[in-house]
Amino acid sequence: MAAEVGGDSGGGKKGGKKGRKKGKMPRIDMTPLVDLGFLLLTFFILTTTMSTPTTMPVVVPPKIKENQKDQVDPPKIQESRLMTILLGKQDRVYYYIGSGQDEKRPPEMQLTGFSKTGKGIRQAIINQIKAVRDNPLIGPNDKSIMILIKPMDDSKYKNMVDILDEMNILQQKNYALIAPSPVELDMVKKYNEQAGIEN
Amino acid sequence: MAKVKVARKSTAIDMTPMVDLAFLLLTFFMLTTKFKPQEAVEILIPSSIAQTPLPATDVMIISVSKDGRVFFGVDSKHTREATIRRIMEKYNLDLSPDDVNTFSIMPQVGLPISALSQWLKAKPAERDKILQSAPGIPCDSAHNELGDWIVASRLSNTQLRIAIKGDVDSPYPVIKKVIDTLQDRNINKFNLITGKEAPELIDTSKL
Repeated sequence: MAAEVGGDSGGGKKGGKKGRKKGKMPRIDMTPLVDLGFLLLTFFILTTTMSTPTTMPVVVPPKIKENQKDQVDPPKIQESRLMTILLGKQDRVYYYIGSGQDEKRPPEMQLTGFSKTGKGIRQAIINQIKAVRDNPLIGPNDKSIMILIKPMDDSKYKNMVDILDEMNILQQKNYALIAPSPVELDMVKKYNEQAGIEN
Repeated sequence: MAKVKVARKSTAIDMTPMVDLAFLLLTFFMLTTKFKPQEAVEILIPSSIAQTPLPATDVMIISVSKDGRVFFGVDSKHTREATIRRIMEKYNLDLSPDDVNTFSIMPQVGLPISALSQWLKAKPAERDKILQSAPGIPCDSAHNELGDWIVASRLSNTQLRIAIKGDVDSPYPVIKKVIDTLQDRNINKFNLITGKEAPELIDTSKL
């Protein structure tokens, strides 16, 4: 069995009589060629990487220079539209509603994870969106929510990508990536102590 | 009446279609395959729903390894050469034309500038070894060489797009340092390199 080119593939009439060339082509044994072809094919199939990396665009707000700090007013937003998400150790996600600036009334912090089903951070964001929509105190033009993402020092890069990905999945445009304040780090610490989680 | 001839059937199978197909596939794989550029450290990228493919040219990739070391790489030999010339000027670094040439074929740098000359003079096999155990490019706010690399390569190729390639387990503080470095140079738009994931969008207005 060999791959062959040329007519008369059936018989074994190699080297027929002189002068009977008409209608016959010389037979070429293509076996080595085919062998090599398959070898290369196998090589390329095995080495090829089909998954090309993609890029996720990120736009961060420009830094405010030290000498301009007094001139810039932080944007004002209703506390009930604000949601703060803190990323911690071992893929833990803490979140609370409001700005958390009022020390007399600390916000109620909750712990969740990146689970896509059930009670993950996605569900928490959806709940907040619904709460804002159903809140009669918020005007019809201010129904969007603002999410502050604050990765803590012991979080991983993956957590940041995951939470930005959630923003894209839920098509949320109003979010900011900022550093957590010392007050918030304390809040997380206290929460962990109360819940018996290792800090 | 003609004699009924019983044709002797050959056992040879016509393999032409199979060979045709095999070569078609071979051509396809040869044309689509792209060899992974050799990298100093293995980086396992996280996945996201982003669908935009990473452009093949005019990209600057800042890689952050699992253990928080920062590597820097730009594509095209020409850009690399122009970049190292600017760095030499800024740091008063004396490199021979040979060293510059060696630099222009290295896909990544991961060493402090003070160790650059020694690295470029090493033998190719040794060079790879040095890079693998390299401490990474310093990017602290006090001593930020990464920023100089970014500026030098940007000046060398103004079309450069900036991409950050972090490992799943890269510590966030290092990523933050890289982003801060970019922001200090007024670069507020960049890309994160991720693996492709099935697209998923939830329209929250309809919930």
